[in-house]
Amino acid sequence: MDKRVVFDENRCKGCELCVPVCPVDIIFIADRINKLGYHPATVTEQDKCISCMMCAKICPDLVIEVFKPEKKVAG
Amino acid sequence: MKQIFAKPQSMTDKVSHYCPGCTHGIAHRLVGETIDELGIADRTIGVASVGCSVLAYEYFDVDFQQASHGRAPAVATGIKRVHPESIVFTYQGDGDLASIGTAEAIHAAMRGENITIIFINNAIYGMTGGQMAPTTLLGQQTTTTPEGRRFEEMGAPIRMAEMLATLDGAAYVARFSLHDIPNITKAKRAIKKSFQYQLEGKGFTIVELLSTCPTNWGMSPNESLEWVQTDMMKVYPLGEFKTPEEGEKK
Ligand SMILES: Cc1ncc(C[n+]2csc(CCOP(=O)(O)OP(=O)(O)O)c2C)c(N)n1
Ligand code: SF4
Ligand code: SF4
Ligand code: SF4
Repeated sequence: MDKRVVFDENRCKGCELCVPVCPVDIIFIADRINKLGYHPATVTEQDKCISCMMCAKICPDLVIEVFKPEKKVAG
Repeated sequence: MKQIFAKPQSMTDKVSHYCPGCTHGIAHRLVGETIDELGIADRTIGVASVGCSVLAYEYFDVDFQQASHGRAPAVATGIKRVHPESIVFTYQGDGDLASIGTAEAIHAAMRGENITIIFINNAIYGMTGGQMAPTTLLGQQTTTTPEGRRFEEMGAPIRMAEMLATLDGAAYVARFSLHDIPNITKAKRAIKKSFQYQLEGKGFTIVELLSTCPTNWGMSPNESLEWVQTDMMKVYPLGEFKTPEEGEKK
């Protein structure tokens, strides 16, 4: 499945603002360290994401892009 | 998959210098989205101030001028009068706008200059290391009020939005907050309105935004959002204080 939410990890400052706003609780702070020296926020359970954009709207650092599945055209 | 959220086109790819979780970044994005949605990137001119947002011109892909401390509304006045077809906004902190630049802000409003001010109220001087601002809350500890701000000695927080709304030259005056998604949505609506009023030539517009400074407040970014709601909003009520349609709301 294509990703619904994409984190540009090397922009992330690990501030954790996106973590509590996710209604399905799938965002976590990774153990690895990014180019800026922070632990980046990440999502692995893409299938649980509902493309609500909450994380992207609270992120101060333009880390997150959100996608939603194309509607199937009938017929 | 269809993309439903992306970086505004009127913003550059630069990673900001702001501290982790500082809501300056959210305010920037809301301005960028507004410029995109109104399709005005090629005629927008920003004026950066002195404070943490001194480098704002690095993050917007529009023309920008950097003003000396507090003087952004005066610089914006000059730009707008020489280029009336341009859309001119300043981006100023509370040390910049409500302290050293109080006179410039008030007089630009008094003259009804057709400019927009994005005013970031984080109740502290961020860039210089957390000194008291005129907007600092009573009891709030800063490096210059280690025992907390006391009314008897330092006066009480200044409410710029309420004060500017009393001026006939001001067309739109509002205060919103960046501490959660519903409030970010309202703040965005107010920023877009302020730019739209400028496009319609309605006069001076200002949106004050309650913002965080986790670094100098000594809190985590999420605790800071909470503090805006529990403490700042008691002193700084949200809403529109003046609109071109209804005038001052008392
Ligand atoms: C003429 C002058 N006086 C003082 C300063 C020092 N100074 C730099 S930024 C600042 C205040 C910044 O606070 P604010 O406007 O609230 O912005 P923030 O950094 O919190 O975003 C001060 C006093 C200066 N640069 N120039
Ligand atoms: S888009 Fe919504 S559901 Fe998906 S990760 Fe972000 S907050 Fe969670
Ligand atoms: S809000 Fe943005 S910068 Fe902060 S942790 Fe989440 S993705 Fe990273
Ligand atoms: S010092 Fe405060 S206002 Fe300045 S970038 Fe850091 S958190 Fe933001």
